[in-house]
Amino acid sequence: MEKLLEVKDLRTYFPFRGEIVKAVDGVSFDICEGETFGLVGESGCGKTQVCRSILSLVKKPGKIVGGQILYRGRDIVKMNREEMRSIRGREISVIFQEPMTSLNPVLSIRRQLFEVFDGSDMSRAKKYERAIELLRMVGIPSPETRIGEYTHQFSGGMRQRAMIAIALGAKPSLLIADEPTTALDVTIQDQIMKLLAELKRELRMSIILVTHDLGVIAQMCDRVAVMYAGMIMEMTDVVSLFSKPRHPYTHALMGSLPNPKKVGYELVAISGAPPNLADLGPGCPFMPRCRYAIGLCESARPELVEIGGGHSTRCHRLDVVADFEGIIPVATPAEGN
Amino acid sequence: MVRTGKRPRLPPWLVAPAFVVGVLIVLASFVLAIVPGKIVHYGPIDVDTTARMVAPCVAHPFGTDNYGRDIFSRVVYSARIDLQIGILGMIVPFVVGGVLGLLAGYFAGVLDSILMRIIDILMAFPFTILVIVIMTILGQGIRNVYIALWLVGWMSYARLVRGEVLVLKNCEFIQAAQVAGFSTRRIIFRHILPNVISSSVVFAASDVVLCMLTGASMSFLGLGVQPPTPEWGAILNEGRGYISYAWWITFFPGLFLAVAGVGFSLIGDGLTDFLRTKGR
Amino acid sequence: MCVLARLSCSRLGGWAPVNQLNYVIRRVLQIIPVLLVVSVLIFLMLRLIPGDPARLMLGDKAKESAVAALREKLGLTRPLPTQYVIFMKQILSGDLGTSLTYQRPVAELLKDRLPITVSLTLASTLLSLLASFPLGYFAAKHKDRAGDQAVRATALVAIAMPSFWVALLLMILFCVKLHWLPVGGWGSTLWEQARALILPAFTQSLMTTALLMRNIRNSVVDITVMDYVDFARSKGISEAAVRNRHIFRNAMISTVTLLAMRMAYMLGGSVIIETVFSLPGLGKLMVDSIFGRDYTVVQSLVFLFAFMVLVINLLTDVIYSLLDPRVSF
Repeated sequence: MEKLLEVKDLRTYFPFRGEIVKAVDGVSFDICEGETFGLVGESGCGKTQVCRSILSLVKKPGKIVGGQILYRGRDIVKMNREEMRSIRGREISVIFQEPMTSLNPVLSIRRQLFEVFDGSDMSRAKKYERAIELLRMVGIPSPETRIGEYTHQFSGGMRQRAMIAIALGAKPSLLIADEPTTALDVTIQDQIMKLLAELKRELRMSIILVTHDLGVIAQMCDRVAVMYAGMIMEMTDVVSLFSKPRHPYTHALMGSLPNPKKVGYELVAISGAPPNLADLGPGCPFMPRCRYAIGLCESARPELVEIGGGHSTRCHRLDVVADFEGIIPVATPAEGN
Repeated sequence: MVRTGKRPRLPPWLVAPAFVVGVLIVLASFVLAIVPGKIVHYGPIDVDTTARMVAPCVAHPFGTDNYGRDIFSRVVYSARIDLQIGILGMIVPFVVGGVLGLLAGYFAGVLDSILMRIIDILMAFPFTILVIVIMTILGQGIRNVYIALWLVGWMSYARLVRGEVLVLKNCEFIQAAQVAGFSTRRIIFRHILPNVISSSVVFAASDVVLCMLTGASMSFLGLGVQPPTPEWGAILNEGRGYISYAWWITFFPGLFLAVAGVGFSLIGDGLTDFLRTKGR
Repeated sequence: MCVLARLSCSRLGGWAPVNQLNYVIRRVLQIIPVLLVVSVLIFLMLRLIPGDPARLMLGDKAKESAVAALREKLGLTRPLPTQYVIFMKQILSGDLGTSLTYQRPVAELLKDRLPITVSLTLASTLLSLLASFPLGYFAAKHKDRAGDQAVRATALVAIAMPSFWVALLLMILFCVKLHWLPVGGWGSTLWEQARALILPAFTQSLMTTALLMRNIRNSVVDITVMDYVDFARSKGISEAAVRNRHIFRNAMISTVTLLAMRMAYMLGGSVIIETVFSLPGLGKLMVDSIFGRDYTVVQSLVFLFAFMVLVINLLTDVIYSLLDPRVSF
């Protein structure tokens, strides 16, 4: 399958009060056509900044300081404003976490939809027709009435659907969904996820799905990268991630999930707190919170290495991680793929 | 984000050059106001008929007017009056308006409605018109300038404080204090007041400038300070008739007025930065 | 931004033009009680001046019989409530009395001078808007860098400068030394009048430009980091579209409110500016009448000023409700 997006050693840094916060510090991954790629991690691990970097929407004073982002072979990092504009919306779109603040409160939904068609030579009527079609596609009832309304008149789920409609307006090949359901309650969450899955099938889109919810990853993704402190700690297909995690952090995350088989047991949390991204030190960023840390972990940062079958991990203790058990049984070679 | 321990430094807002300049200017004006005699040679109303309409020179750095009075002395002696107008004109509305806003915001109800109605009605008049009308009724003179400023100035503070109190009233720590049975007086003065006062303090800095300018405007029109008392606006007015050939009479008092205004404004800006770093 | 198009699309499920009209009507009706109270205040104003109004108006040297006649004419001998009723009747019928100094009906005087003050205020407002938007945007784009500091420093100085000082200095420069513009007064042709307005409008606009610029700068700074701006950019629209449709549109909302306050203040400031530039407007008339103890004129002037401020506030509220759909009717 052709590679749609190749991120190579992306670095996005933020100068802050004399220090440098390394929000994204050497992230590399590839996305193929039609694939759903999950990016999971705690708040502050850099997943949002990866998304923003891909579309060159990093908020000042942050900037991409190194690496390449190749979209169909062209490097986004080096593009000028015109080229960037042709990519945004038309090739790559994004939907943000908070629909209330992501939609302009003083413009009607119609105006915000029509904007997507800026630069095309569609007539007003055609734009209206297409806009209604989009709203219908995302499941907004009575689109003819609702199209003239404003953000504050929509419910949370509706707003998110409207944002999806807008993002899909110009038929992008890649949709970046940054925590699309975090701000919604669980029933709506489910609806939106199902909507995204359906749209992905119909429109044959690739999706980068950013979340901190492992359940969503399991439901939607083909491949996953686990991020921590601006770096990818583990990357593999979704089944392998849950059946054979190969990183202490991933393992700890799974361990902290509520387990229906272990009713009555204490929930296990990961001790410690996320690190200061301005002051990481030479070793592995997870080291202070890792049960298996040794001297080497403090002095040298492990590289992301491939351990077989498209599965990479960033850890010195490959011996230890090889024995980790996941939360689902491992597929036997006969059943696999 | 946890920061590693650093040497304690003076906070940035305090040493910002703008703030320091502002403080210096204001201090300098206080010096002019308090000990004018030490700075100038002549008295503010000393007449010297041999030196009329003299252009700025060594003996008279700001020149003289048509009575031969040294403009430099007049300008320096004016500082006292203008600063008084600025500061005293601000203080009374600050206190009265602030208290009214506090009470109206906290107790709401009839008190609040009445206060807001009064303010709405008075706000229908342009500020300068209100001041002029009050001066018309009371008559000329500096004392009436104060009264006019006091009668008009309190409204801004009342609205500011009231707005903040209304927001704060719904905060949980206030509700907690109420439930805990703290006396109303204690809640208002120890819990609410410290939190709502900051926007008023910032406004007060620009209000000093406004009061000075208004007082000077009234004197400029002939309604405020009466001759021969030196006041920056009044001196400007005196020079109006001679602008084509004695520019110095109008230039210097206005310059001092502007610089004093800049000084207080810089302090106000510094205070805004200070409050911003405190997370308001 | 077609207002009519906006009105024609359904909002709040109701027929929008009716909602809008209701709002406007309600606001207009709200003015009436305020005007009534204002009229009472103004009515009392004349009576508050210490001394006998008639005597004050005619001066100490006037004969007692003349004073008595004026007292009778002004109705000062009747009980206070009756005086108020007469006062209101006169205002509503357009009879605002006669000016002692000019010996003309006050209504005529006001009519002659109103256009001048209105032109001055509008010209100042226009200048301020034209200058403050680009400056504010520039300052926001260069936030905390040299450009921003320079603009903000200039604004600070502009706010502190006394208008009458600036006016006189400009007069010295442009009228006396360079002879480019007339020293004062109004003209008879449109061209002369426009020239006469240049310096006064510029002087008056300085403070408003500075305050508006600051407000716009802060609004733009706050808005630029909002998510919806990034989302808009992510659609691939032009930077100009982002700026106009998203940033300015939202920044305008708070600017409108500030502008209304400034216009009201500038109306009052006409008192100073018109005096310095000898413009025969309402402001100058106010000052002249106060000194001339022509209190009939003063009374009507104050009423007119209040009325104008109320109209400005009404228009502002309506414009605000058009700009911000979150404002419910």
